[in-house]
Amino acid sequence: MQLRIKGNIAVSESGFVFDPSTGDSYSINPIGVEIIQLMKQTLSEKAIVDAIVERYQTEPQTVEKDLYDFCNLLVKHQLADRI
Amino acid sequence: MATQTIEKLRYERPVITSLNAGVTNKFGTKSLHAPLSHIDGVSVKEIIQKYGSPVFILSERKIRQTYREAYRAFTSRYPKVQFAWSYKTNYINAVCNVFHQEGCWAEVVSIFEYKKAIGNGVQGKNIIFNGPEKTDEDLLLAIQNDSLIHIDHLDELYQIIELTTKIKKRPRVAIRVNMDTGVYPMWDRFGFNYETGQAWDAINKIILTDKMDLVGLHCHIGTFMLSANAYAVAAIKLADLALGIKEKHKQNIEYIDLGGGFASKNTLKGSFLPGSDTIPTFDDYADAICSTLLNAGFTKENLPMLILESGRALIDEAGFLAGSVIANKRLSDGRRAIVMDMGVNLLFTSFWYDHRISPVEESGNHTENAVIYGPLCMNIDIVRESVTLPPLKKGDHAVIHTVGAYNMTQWMQFIAMRPNVVLIDTEGKTHVIRNRETVDDLNKMEVMPEHLKKFKL
Ligand SMILES: Cc1ncc(COP(=O)(O)O)c(C=O)c1O
Repeated sequence: MQLRIKGNIAVSESGFVFDPSTGDSYSINPIGVEIIQLMKQTLSEKAIVDAIVERYQTEPQTVEKDLYDFCNLLVKHQLADRI
Repeated sequence: MATQTIEKLRYERPVITSLNAGVTNKFGTKSLHAPLSHIDGVSVKEIIQKYGSPVFILSERKIRQTYREAYRAFTSRYPKVQFAWSYKTNYINAVCNVFHQEGCWAEVVSIFEYKKAIGNGVQGKNIIFNGPEKTDEDLLLAIQNDSLIHIDHLDELYQIIELTTKIKKRPRVAIRVNMDTGVYPMWDRFGFNYETGQAWDAINKIILTDKMDLVGLHCHIGTFMLSANAYAVAAIKLADLALGIKEKHKQNIEYIDLGGGFASKNTLKGSFLPGSDTIPTFDDYADAICSTLLNAGFTKENLPMLILESGRALIDEAGFLAGSVIANKRLSDGRRAIVMDMGVNLLFTSFWYDHRISPVEESGNHTENAVIYGPLCMNIDIVRESVTLPPLKKGDHAVIHTVGAYNMTQWMQFIAMRPNVVLIDTEGKTHVIRNRETVDDLNKMEVMPEHLKKFKL
Protein backbone atom coordinates (compact mmCIF):
# COMPACT_ATOMS: atom_id res chain seq x y z
CA MET A 1 0.00 0.00 0.00
CA GLN A 2 1.39 3.36 -1.00
CA LEU A 3 0.26 6.50 0.85
CA ARG A 4 0.57 10.21 0.47
CA ILE A 5 0.60 12.18 3.69
CA LYS A 6 -1.77 15.12 3.27
CA GLY A 7 0.05 18.35 2.55
CA ASN A 8 -1.35 20.36 5.43
CA ILE A 9 -0.43 17.82 8.12
CA ALA A 10 2.33 18.99 10.41
CA VAL A 11 4.44 16.38 12.18
CA SER A 12 6.86 17.61 14.83
CA GLU A 13 10.04 15.73 15.59
CA SER A 14 8.66 14.76 18.97
CA GLY A 15 5.77 13.03 17.25
CA PHE A 16 3.03 15.60 17.74
CA VAL A 17 0.68 15.70 14.78
CA PHE A 18 -1.85 18.41 14.11
CA ASP A 19 -4.53 18.30 11.46
CA PRO A 20 -5.63 21.92 10.84
CA SER A 21 -8.63 20.85 8.78
CA THR A 22 -10.27 19.05 11.70
CA GLY A 23 -8.45 20.45 14.72
CA ASP A 24 -7.54 16.92 15.78
CA SER A 25 -4.17 16.12 17.22
CA TYR A 26 -2.29 12.87 17.55
CA SER A 27 0.82 11.49 19.06
CA ILE A 28 3.12 9.19 17.11
CA ASN A 29 6.01 7.18 18.49
CA PRO A 30 9.54 7.85 17.11
CA ILE A 31 9.49 4.99 14.64
CA GLY A 32 6.13 6.18 13.37
CA VAL A 33 7.58 9.66 12.83
CA GLU A 34 10.45 8.13 10.91
CA ILE A 35 8.05 6.19 8.71
CA ILE A 36 6.01 9.31 7.98
CA GLN A 37 9.15 11.13 6.97
CA LEU A 38 10.02 8.29 4.62
CA MET A 39 6.49 8.43 3.21
CA LYS A 40 6.88 12.12 2.59
CA GLN A 41 9.83 11.26 0.38
CA THR A 42 7.32 9.11 -1.58
CA LEU A 43 9.39 5.98 -1.07
CA SER A 44 7.83 2.68 -2.04
CA GLU A 45 6.56 0.31 0.62
CA LYS A 46 9.56 -1.95 0.06
CA ALA A 47 12.00 0.93 0.34
CA ILE A 48 10.43 1.98 3.65
CA VAL A 49 10.65 -1.55 5.01
CA ASP A 50 14.29 -1.80 3.93
CA ALA A 51 15.13 1.53 5.53
CA ILE A 52 13.62 0.45 8.85
CA VAL A 53 15.24 -2.98 8.83
CA GLU A 54 18.55 -1.26 8.14
CA ARG A 55 18.31 0.77 11.32
CA TYR A 56 16.36 -1.43 13.76
CA GLN A 57 16.64 -4.91 15.25
CA THR A 58 13.81 -6.50 13.31
CA GLU A 59 13.02 -8.43 10.15
CA PRO A 60 11.19 -7.33 7.00
CA GLN A 61 8.12 -9.49 7.72
CA THR A 62 7.43 -7.81 11.04
CA VAL A 63 7.87 -4.34 9.62
CA GLU A 64 5.67 -5.16 6.67
CA LYS A 65 2.82 -6.33 8.91
CA ASP A 66 3.15 -3.31 11.17
CA LEU A 67 3.44 -0.88 8.28
CA TYR A 68 0.25 -2.23 6.83
CA ASP A 69 -1.57 -1.58 10.08
CA PHE A 70 -0.01 1.85 10.54
CA CYS A 71 -1.03 2.91 7.03
CA ASN A 72 -4.59 1.83 7.67
CA LEU A 73 -4.70 3.98 10.76
CA LEU A 74 -3.30 7.02 8.95
CA VAL A 75 -5.99 6.65 6.33
CA LYS A 76 -8.66 6.11 8.98
CA HIS A 77 -7.62 9.30 10.76
CA GLN A 78 -7.63 11.04 7.36
CA LEU A 79 -4.00 12.03 7.65
CA ALA A 80 -3.08 10.29 4.41
CA ASP A 81 -4.59 9.16 1.12
CA ARG A 82 -3.98 5.96 -0.74
CA ILE A 83 -2.27 6.50 -4.04
CA MET B 1 27.63 -9.34 12.10
CA ALA B 2 27.07 -9.48 15.85
CA THR B 3 28.35 -5.97 16.42
CA GLN B 4 26.14 -4.70 13.66
CA THR B 5 23.06 -6.11 15.40
CA ILE B 6 23.98 -4.46 18.65
CA GLU B 7 24.34 -1.08 16.98
CA LYS B 8 20.83 -1.28 15.62
CA LEU B 9 18.03 0.39 17.55
CA ARG B 10 15.40 -1.55 19.47
CA TYR B 11 12.38 -1.99 17.24
CA GLU B 12 8.88 -1.03 18.28
CA ARG B 13 5.72 -1.15 16.23
CA PRO B 14 4.73 2.29 14.80
CA VAL B 15 1.79 3.71 16.77
CA ILE B 16 -0.47 6.69 16.35
CA THR B 17 -2.75 7.75 19.19
CA SER B 18 -5.49 10.32 19.07
CA LEU B 19 -5.05 13.07 21.66
CA ASN B 20 -8.53 14.47 21.41
CA ALA B 21 -10.20 15.68 24.56
CA GLY B 22 -12.67 13.31 26.12
CA VAL B 23 -10.82 10.16 25.31
CA THR B 24 -8.55 10.08 28.31
CA ASN B 25 -8.39 6.58 29.62
CA LYS B 26 -9.49 5.44 32.98
CA PHE B 27 -6.47 3.96 34.78
CA GLY B 28 -4.39 5.79 32.23
CA THR B 29 -1.47 6.58 34.48
CA LYS B 30 1.97 5.76 33.22
CA SER B 31 2.98 3.54 36.11
CA LEU B 32 0.29 1.04 35.16
CA HIS B 33 2.04 0.31 31.89
CA ALA B 34 5.45 -0.14 33.45
CA PRO B 35 6.81 -3.53 32.55
CA LEU B 36 6.83 -6.31 35.11
CA SER B 37 9.98 -8.19 34.23
CA HIS B 38 10.46 -9.94 37.58
CA ILE B 39 8.25 -11.36 40.31
CA ASP B 40 10.00 -11.68 43.68
CA GLY B 41 13.29 -11.22 41.88
CA VAL B 42 12.64 -14.08 39.44
CA SER B 43 12.57 -13.30 35.73
CA VAL B 44 9.11 -13.83 34.26
CA LYS B 45 10.66 -14.60 30.89
CA GLU B 46 12.76 -17.36 32.41
CA ILE B 47 9.72 -18.81 34.16
CA ILE B 48 7.90 -18.90 30.84
CA GLN B 49 10.91 -20.46 29.11
CA LYS B 50 11.17 -23.14 31.77
CA TYR B 51 7.52 -23.89 32.52
CA GLY B 52 5.75 -22.92 29.32
CA SER B 53 3.29 -20.27 28.25
CA PRO B 54 0.83 -19.52 29.71
CA VAL B 55 1.75 -20.23 33.32
CA PHE B 56 0.23 -19.33 36.66
CA ILE B 57 2.75 -17.90 39.11
CA LEU B 58 2.18 -17.64 42.86
CA SER B 59 4.35 -15.71 45.28
CA GLU B 60 4.70 -17.51 48.59
CA ARG B 61 6.23 -14.38 50.05
CA LYS B 62 3.18 -12.32 49.11
CA ILE B 63 0.75 -14.89 50.50
CA ARG B 64 2.51 -14.91 53.85
CA GLN B 65 2.91 -11.16 53.93
CA THR B 66 -0.78 -10.55 53.16
CA TYR B 67 -1.91 -13.12 55.68
CA ARG B 68 0.29 -11.61 58.40
CA GLU B 69 -1.08 -8.17 57.63
CA ALA B 70 -4.65 -9.43 58.03
CA TYR B 71 -3.78 -11.43 61.13
CA ARG B 72 -2.10 -8.44 62.76
CA ALA B 73 -5.06 -6.18 61.95
CA PHE B 74 -7.38 -8.48 63.90
CA THR B 75 -5.13 -9.76 66.69
CA SER B 76 -4.09 -6.23 67.60
CA ARG B 77 -7.75 -5.46 68.29
CA TYR B 78 -9.25 -8.69 69.60
CA PRO B 79 -7.84 -11.37 71.91
CA LYS B 80 -9.10 -14.57 70.24
CA VAL B 81 -8.78 -14.71 66.46
CA GLN B 82 -8.66 -17.72 64.17
CA PHE B 83 -8.49 -17.68 60.38
CA ALA B 84 -9.74 -20.66 58.36
CA TRP B 85 -8.49 -20.94 54.79
CA SER B 86 -11.38 -20.91 52.33
CA TYR B 87 -10.44 -23.91 50.19
CA LYS B 88 -12.59 -23.05 47.21
CA THR B 89 -10.67 -19.83 46.71
CA ASN B 90 -7.53 -21.78 45.84
CA TYR B 91 -7.26 -25.41 46.87
CA ILE B 92 -3.95 -26.32 45.33
CA ASN B 93 -2.45 -28.28 48.22
CA ALA B 94 0.80 -26.31 48.37
CA VAL B 95 -1.20 -23.08 48.67
CA CYS B 96 -3.37 -24.54 51.43
CA ASN B 97 -0.29 -25.65 53.31
CA VAL B 98 1.24 -22.18 53.21
CA PHE B 99 -1.88 -21.01 55.04
CA HIS B 100 -1.84 -24.00 57.39
CA GLN B 101 1.81 -23.29 58.21
CA GLU B 102 0.73 -19.77 59.09
CA GLY B 103 -1.83 -21.23 61.50
CA CYS B 104 -5.03 -21.25 59.47
CA TRP B 105 -7.68 -23.90 59.90
CA ALA B 106 -9.51 -25.20 56.82
CA GLU B 107 -12.91 -23.99 55.64
CA VAL B 108 -14.49 -26.34 53.12
CA VAL B 109 -17.80 -26.44 51.26
CA SER B 110 -17.81 -29.98 49.87
CA ILE B 111 -16.63 -33.45 50.74
CA PHE B 112 -14.03 -33.13 47.99
CA GLU B 113 -12.50 -30.12 49.72
CA TYR B 114 -12.95 -31.82 53.09
CA LYS B 115 -10.89 -34.78 51.92
CA LYS B 116 -8.25 -32.46 50.51
CA ALA B 117 -7.92 -30.81 53.91
CA ILE B 118 -7.62 -34.17 55.68
CA GLY B 119 -5.09 -35.23 53.04
CA ASN B 120 -3.08 -32.11 53.73
CA GLY B 121 -2.88 -33.16 57.37
CA VAL B 122 -5.43 -30.80 58.90
CA GLN B 123 -7.00 -32.35 62.00
CA GLY B 124 -10.73 -32.88 61.78
CA LYS B 125 -11.43 -30.55 64.69
CA ASN B 126 -9.80 -27.73 62.72
CA ILE B 127 -12.02 -28.13 59.67
CA ILE B 128 -15.13 -26.03 59.22
CA PHE B 129 -17.61 -27.80 56.97
CA ASN B 130 -19.88 -25.28 55.25
CA GLY B 131 -22.20 -25.58 52.30
CA PRO B 132 -25.71 -26.74 51.46
CA GLU B 133 -24.79 -30.26 50.28
CA LYS B 134 -23.65 -32.84 52.80
CA THR B 135 -24.64 -36.50 52.43
CA ASP B 136 -25.15 -38.86 55.37
CA GLU B 137 -21.76 -40.32 54.65
CA ASP B 138 -20.12 -36.87 54.60
CA LEU B 139 -21.75 -35.87 57.86
CA LEU B 140 -20.84 -39.13 59.61
CA LEU B 141 -17.22 -38.63 58.63
CA ALA B 142 -17.28 -35.04 59.88
CA ILE B 143 -18.95 -36.05 63.15
CA GLN B 144 -16.44 -38.86 63.65
CA ASN B 145 -13.61 -36.38 63.11
CA ASP B 146 -15.04 -33.72 65.48
CA SER B 147 -15.22 -31.22 62.64
CA LEU B 148 -17.30 -28.08 62.92
CA ILE B 149 -20.46 -28.64 60.91
CA HIS B 150 -22.16 -25.44 59.81
CA ILE B 151 -25.80 -26.23 59.23
CA ASP B 152 -27.30 -24.54 56.21
CA HIS B 153 -30.99 -25.52 56.31
CA LEU B 154 -33.63 -27.32 58.39
CA ASP B 155 -33.36 -30.47 56.29
CA GLU B 156 -29.71 -30.72 57.23
CA LEU B 157 -30.53 -30.13 60.91
CA TYR B 158 -33.06 -32.97 60.91
CA GLN B 159 -30.62 -35.13 58.95
CA ILE B 160 -28.01 -34.67 61.69
CA ILE B 161 -30.53 -35.37 64.44
CA GLU B 162 -31.34 -38.60 62.63
CA LEU B 163 -27.67 -39.51 62.27
CA THR B 164 -27.02 -39.11 65.99
CA THR B 165 -29.00 -42.29 66.52
CA LYS B 166 -26.33 -44.15 64.53
CA ILE B 167 -23.22 -42.70 66.11
CA LYS B 168 -22.17 -42.25 69.71
CA LYS B 169 -20.55 -38.88 69.26
CA ARG B 170 -22.18 -35.52 69.81
CA PRO B 171 -21.74 -33.47 66.65
CA ARG B 172 -20.18 -30.00 67.06
CA VAL B 173 -22.31 -27.65 65.04
CA ALA B 174 -22.96 -24.03 64.21
CA ILE B 175 -25.78 -22.55 62.19
CA ARG B 176 -25.25 -20.32 59.23
CA VAL B 177 -27.27 -17.14 59.61
CA ASN B 178 -28.26 -14.76 56.83
CA MET B 179 -29.36 -11.21 57.51
CA ASP B 180 -29.90 -7.73 56.24
CA THR B 181 -26.64 -5.82 56.60
CA GLY B 182 -27.70 -2.94 54.38
CA VAL B 183 -25.82 -4.38 51.43
CA TYR B 184 -27.65 -5.53 48.32
CA PRO B 185 -28.16 -8.03 46.92
CA MET B 186 -28.76 -9.68 50.26
CA TRP B 187 -27.50 -13.25 50.37
CA ASP B 188 -30.49 -15.05 51.85
CA ARG B 189 -30.25 -18.39 50.09
CA PHE B 190 -27.76 -19.83 52.56
CA GLY B 191 -28.51 -20.46 56.19
CA PHE B 192 -31.33 -19.31 58.48
CA ASN B 193 -32.66 -15.79 58.38
CA TYR B 194 -32.09 -13.52 61.38
CA GLU B 195 -34.85 -10.99 60.91
CA THR B 196 -37.68 -13.48 60.40
CA GLY B 197 -36.76 -15.58 63.42
CA GLN B 198 -35.64 -18.65 61.45
CA ALA B 199 -32.28 -18.52 63.17
CA TRP B 200 -33.92 -18.67 66.59
CA ASP B 201 -36.13 -21.58 65.52
CA ALA B 202 -33.04 -23.54 64.51
CA ILE B 203 -31.16 -22.62 67.68
CA ASN B 204 -34.06 -23.69 69.90
CA LYS B 205 -34.46 -26.93 68.01
CA ILE B 206 -30.75 -27.78 68.37
CA ILE B 207 -30.63 -26.98 72.07
CA LEU B 208 -33.93 -28.59 73.03
CA THR B 209 -33.30 -31.86 71.16
CA ASP B 210 -29.95 -32.03 72.97
CA LYS B 211 -28.25 -34.33 70.48
CA MET B 212 -25.45 -32.03 69.41
CA ASP B 213 -23.38 -29.14 70.76
CA LEU B 214 -24.12 -25.71 69.36
CA VAL B 215 -20.61 -24.28 69.49
CA GLY B 216 -20.74 -21.42 67.01
CA LEU B 217 -22.69 -18.97 64.90
CA HIS B 218 -21.70 -18.33 61.31
CA CYS B 219 -22.47 -15.92 58.53
CA HIS B 220 -20.95 -15.02 55.19
CA ILE B 221 -22.67 -11.85 54.12
CA GLY B 222 -21.37 -11.62 50.57
CA THR B 223 -18.21 -11.33 48.59
CA PHE B 224 -16.05 -8.37 47.57
CA MET B 225 -17.78 -6.30 50.25
CA LEU B 226 -16.89 -2.66 49.79
CA SER B 227 -18.47 -1.65 53.07
CA ALA B 228 -16.64 -2.45 56.30
CA ASN B 229 -19.73 -1.32 58.18
CA ALA B 230 -21.75 -4.24 56.84
CA TYR B 231 -19.52 -6.46 59.01
CA ALA B 232 -20.30 -4.36 62.07
CA VAL B 233 -24.00 -4.97 61.40
CA ALA B 234 -23.40 -8.70 60.96
CA ALA B 235 -21.32 -8.83 64.15
CA ILE B 236 -24.06 -7.08 66.16
CA LYS B 237 -26.67 -9.55 64.95
CA LEU B 238 -24.60 -12.66 65.65
CA ALA B 239 -23.56 -11.23 69.05
CA ASP B 240 -27.22 -10.62 69.81
CA LEU B 241 -28.01 -14.28 69.09
CA ALA B 242 -25.06 -15.46 71.18
CA LEU B 243 -26.06 -13.27 74.13
CA GLY B 244 -29.67 -14.39 73.75
CA ILE B 245 -28.59 -18.05 73.86
CA LYS B 246 -26.64 -17.33 77.04
CA GLU B 247 -29.64 -15.69 78.62
CA LYS B 248 -32.29 -18.12 77.48
CA HIS B 249 -30.43 -21.43 77.52
CA LYS B 250 -27.47 -20.64 79.80
CA GLN B 251 -25.07 -21.85 77.12
CA ASN B 252 -21.92 -20.22 75.87
CA ILE B 253 -21.25 -19.85 72.19
CA GLU B 254 -17.55 -20.62 71.64
CA TYR B 255 -17.10 -18.75 68.40
CA ILE B 256 -18.58 -16.25 66.02
CA ASP B 257 -17.55 -16.86 62.42
CA LEU B 258 -18.00 -13.85 60.17
CA GLY B 259 -17.10 -15.70 56.98
CA GLY B 260 -15.13 -14.09 54.18
CA GLY B 261 -15.90 -11.44 51.62
CA PHE B 262 -13.17 -8.85 52.19
CA ALA B 263 -12.38 -7.20 48.88
CA SER B 264 -9.08 -7.90 47.15
CA LYS B 265 -7.05 -5.28 45.32
CA ASN B 266 -8.84 -5.86 42.06
CA THR B 267 -10.98 -3.45 40.06
CA LEU B 268 -14.59 -4.45 39.61
CA LYS B 269 -15.86 -4.01 36.08
CA GLY B 270 -17.57 -0.68 35.66
CA SER B 271 -15.82 1.10 38.52
CA PHE B 272 -13.96 4.22 37.60
CA LEU B 273 -11.09 4.05 40.04
CA PRO B 274 -8.67 1.16 40.44
CA GLY B 275 -9.72 -1.16 43.27
CA SER B 276 -6.43 -0.64 45.05
CA ASP B 277 -7.45 3.00 45.70
CA THR B 278 -10.98 2.35 46.89
CA ILE B 279 -11.33 -0.89 48.83
CA PRO B 280 -11.33 -0.98 52.64
CA THR B 281 -8.10 -2.15 54.29
CA PHE B 282 -7.82 -5.10 56.70
CA ASP B 283 -7.63 -2.46 59.45
CA ASP B 284 -10.97 -0.99 58.33
CA TYR B 285 -12.68 -4.37 58.42
CA ALA B 286 -11.00 -5.34 61.69
CA ASP B 287 -11.97 -2.07 63.32
CA ALA B 288 -15.63 -2.48 62.40
CA ILE B 289 -15.80 -6.09 63.53
CA CYS B 290 -13.65 -6.05 66.66
CA SER B 291 -15.01 -2.88 68.21
CA THR B 292 -18.55 -4.19 67.69
CA LEU B 293 -17.81 -7.52 69.36
CA LEU B 294 -15.89 -5.96 72.23
CA ASN B 295 -18.77 -3.59 72.95
CA ALA B 296 -21.58 -6.12 72.44
CA GLY B 297 -21.91 -7.00 76.13
CA PHE B 298 -19.96 -10.25 76.51
CA THR B 299 -18.15 -10.78 79.79
CA LYS B 300 -14.40 -11.20 79.50
CA GLU B 301 -14.65 -14.97 80.07
CA ASN B 302 -17.47 -15.43 77.58
CA LEU B 303 -15.97 -13.43 74.76
CA PRO B 304 -16.35 -15.71 71.74
CA MET B 305 -13.45 -16.59 69.48
CA LEU B 306 -13.62 -14.65 66.21
CA ILE B 307 -13.25 -16.84 63.13
CA LEU B 308 -12.63 -15.38 59.68
CA GLU B 309 -12.84 -17.25 56.38
CA SER B 310 -11.33 -14.60 54.17
CA GLY B 311 -10.44 -15.98 50.75
CA ARG B 312 -9.81 -13.60 47.88
CA ALA B 313 -8.29 -10.83 49.99
CA LEU B 314 -5.57 -13.18 51.21
CA ILE B 315 -4.47 -14.73 47.92
CA ASP B 316 -5.57 -12.63 44.96
CA GLU B 317 -2.52 -10.37 44.84
CA ALA B 318 -0.09 -13.27 45.19
CA GLY B 319 -1.26 -14.77 41.89
CA PHE B 320 -0.14 -13.85 38.37
CA LEU B 321 -0.89 -15.31 34.97
CA ALA B 322 1.96 -14.91 32.51
CA GLY B 323 1.62 -15.58 28.82
CA SER B 324 2.45 -14.56 25.28
CA VAL B 325 1.04 -12.52 22.45
CA ILE B 326 -0.25 -14.73 19.64
CA ALA B 327 -1.31 -12.01 17.23
CA ASN B 328 -2.23 -8.39 16.72
CA LYS B 329 -5.33 -7.40 14.82
CA ARG B 330 -7.11 -4.27 13.79
CA LEU B 331 -10.87 -4.54 14.19
CA SER B 332 -13.21 -3.05 11.64
CA ASP B 333 -13.96 -0.09 13.91
CA GLY B 334 -10.29 0.74 14.17
CA ARG B 335 -9.67 -0.70 17.61
CA ARG B 336 -6.52 -2.69 18.19
CA ALA B 337 -7.00 -6.26 19.34
CA ILE B 338 -4.30 -8.34 20.94
CA VAL B 339 -4.78 -12.10 20.98
CA MET B 340 -2.99 -13.75 23.88
CA ASP B 341 -2.56 -17.38 24.85
CA MET B 342 -4.42 -16.84 28.14
CA GLY B 343 -8.19 -16.54 27.98
CA VAL B 344 -11.34 -16.84 30.04
CA ASN B 345 -10.84 -20.60 30.25
CA LEU B 346 -8.07 -19.82 32.75
CA LEU B 347 -9.35 -16.51 33.97
CA PHE B 348 -12.87 -16.89 35.23
CA THR B 349 -12.49 -13.67 37.21
CA SER B 350 -12.16 -11.63 34.03
CA PHE B 351 -15.97 -11.74 33.97
CA TRP B 352 -15.97 -9.64 37.19
CA TYR B 353 -12.77 -7.66 37.13
CA ASP B 354 -10.84 -5.35 34.87
CA HIS B 355 -7.58 -7.17 35.54
CA ARG B 356 -4.44 -5.12 35.37
CA ILE B 357 -2.09 -6.27 32.61
CA SER B 358 1.60 -5.44 32.36
CA PRO B 359 4.02 -6.06 29.55
CA VAL B 360 7.08 -8.08 30.53
CA GLU B 361 9.51 -6.47 28.09
CA GLU B 362 10.65 -2.85 28.12
CA SER B 363 8.88 -0.63 25.63
CA GLY B 364 8.79 2.98 24.53
CA ASN B 365 6.57 5.65 25.99
CA HIS B 366 3.80 5.23 23.50
CA THR B 367 0.70 3.35 24.41
CA GLU B 368 -2.39 2.31 22.60
CA ASN B 369 -5.82 1.23 23.64
CA ALA B 370 -6.57 -2.40 22.90
CA VAL B 371 -9.06 -5.15 23.49
CA ILE B 372 -7.40 -8.31 24.84
CA TYR B 373 -8.68 -11.61 23.53
CA GLY B 374 -7.80 -15.07 24.73
CA PRO B 375 -6.97 -17.99 22.42
CA LEU B 376 -10.39 -19.63 22.38
CA CYS B 377 -12.36 -19.77 19.20
CA MET B 378 -15.34 -18.34 21.07
CA ASN B 379 -16.83 -14.88 21.14
CA ILE B 380 -16.94 -14.72 24.94
CA ASP B 381 -13.18 -14.98 25.23
CA ILE B 382 -12.43 -11.37 26.16
CA VAL B 383 -9.93 -10.74 28.94
CA ARG B 384 -10.14 -6.91 28.82
CA GLU B 385 -12.57 -4.84 26.77
CA SER B 386 -10.21 -1.91 26.77
CA VAL B 387 -6.75 -1.53 28.22
CA THR B 388 -3.90 0.84 27.51
CA LEU B 389 -0.71 -0.97 26.67
CA PRO B 390 2.49 -0.26 24.81
CA PRO B 391 2.64 -1.85 21.38
CA LEU B 392 3.11 -5.57 21.90
CA LYS B 393 4.15 -7.82 19.08
CA LYS B 394 3.74 -11.52 18.45
CA GLY B 395 5.89 -13.42 20.93
CA ASP B 396 6.05 -10.61 23.49
CA HIS B 397 4.99 -11.51 27.00
CA ALA B 398 2.52 -10.04 29.42
CA VAL B 399 1.46 -10.64 32.99
CA ILE B 400 -2.10 -10.44 34.30
CA HIS B 401 -2.17 -9.32 37.92
CA THR B 402 -4.21 -10.26 40.96
CA VAL B 403 -5.50 -13.61 39.76
CA GLY B 404 -4.72 -15.79 42.80
CA ALA B 405 -8.33 -16.21 43.92
CA TYR B 406 -10.91 -18.46 42.26
CA ASN B 407 -9.10 -18.90 38.95
CA MET B 408 -7.10 -21.99 39.86
CA THR B 409 -10.35 -23.57 41.05
CA GLN B 410 -12.92 -22.29 38.56
CA TRP B 411 -10.75 -22.66 35.47
CA MET B 412 -12.33 -24.64 32.68
CA GLN B 413 -10.83 -27.43 30.70
CA PHE B 414 -12.42 -26.06 27.57
CA ILE B 415 -10.67 -26.07 24.19
CA ALA B 416 -7.29 -25.81 25.87
CA MET B 417 -5.70 -27.65 28.77
CA ARG B 418 -4.74 -26.17 32.09
CA PRO B 419 -1.15 -24.97 32.35
CA ASN B 420 1.55 -25.40 34.99
CA VAL B 421 1.16 -23.58 38.27
CA VAL B 422 4.48 -22.42 39.69
CA LEU B 423 5.18 -21.23 43.22
CA ILE B 424 8.09 -18.90 43.91
CA ASP B 425 9.19 -19.71 47.45
CA THR B 426 10.44 -17.13 49.92
CA GLU B 427 14.02 -17.79 48.80
CA GLY B 428 13.22 -17.16 45.15
CA LYS B 429 13.24 -20.83 44.13
CA THR B 430 10.52 -21.96 41.72
CA HIS B 431 8.45 -25.12 42.17
CA VAL B 432 5.75 -26.62 39.99
CA ILE B 433 2.84 -27.11 42.39
CA ARG B 434 0.37 -28.35 39.80
CA ASN B 435 1.45 -30.01 36.58
CA ARG B 436 0.07 -28.92 33.26
CA GLU B 437 -2.56 -31.24 31.89
CA THR B 438 -1.80 -33.50 28.98
CA VAL B 439 -4.05 -35.06 26.37
CA ASP B 440 -3.34 -38.41 28.03
CA ASP B 441 -4.53 -37.12 31.41
CA LEU B 442 -7.84 -36.12 29.87
CA ASN B 443 -8.28 -39.16 27.68
CA LYS B 444 -7.62 -41.38 30.68
CA MET B 445 -11.00 -40.44 32.09
CA GLU B 446 -12.89 -41.37 28.94
CA VAL B 447 -14.16 -44.79 27.96
CA MET B 448 -14.78 -45.85 24.36
CA PRO B 449 -17.58 -48.40 23.88
CA GLU B 450 -16.41 -51.36 21.79
CA HIS B 451 -18.78 -50.64 18.88
CA LEU B 452 -17.38 -47.12 18.49
CA LYS B 453 -13.75 -48.06 18.35
CA LYS B 454 -13.48 -48.40 14.59
CA PHE B 455 -14.53 -46.28 11.67
CA LYS B 456 -13.72 -45.80 8.02
CA LEU B 457 -13.62 -42.44 6.35
C1 LIG C 1 -18.93 -19.75 53.45
C2 LIG C 1 -17.85 -19.00 52.76
N1 LIG C 1 -16.78 -18.60 53.46
C3 LIG C 1 -15.76 -17.92 52.88
C4 LIG C 1 -15.78 -17.60 51.54
C5 LIG C 1 -14.64 -16.82 50.95
O1 LIG C 1 -15.07 -15.63 50.43
P1 LIG C 1 -14.09 -14.48 49.92
O2 LIG C 1 -13.15 -15.10 48.93
O3 LIG C 1 -14.99 -13.48 49.30
O4 LIG C 1 -13.36 -13.96 51.12
C6 LIG C 1 -16.90 -17.99 50.77
C7 LIG C 1 -16.96 -17.65 49.34
O5 LIG C 1 -17.96 -17.44 48.73
C8 LIG C 1 -17.96 -18.71 51.40
O6 LIG C 1 -19.03 -19.10 50.71
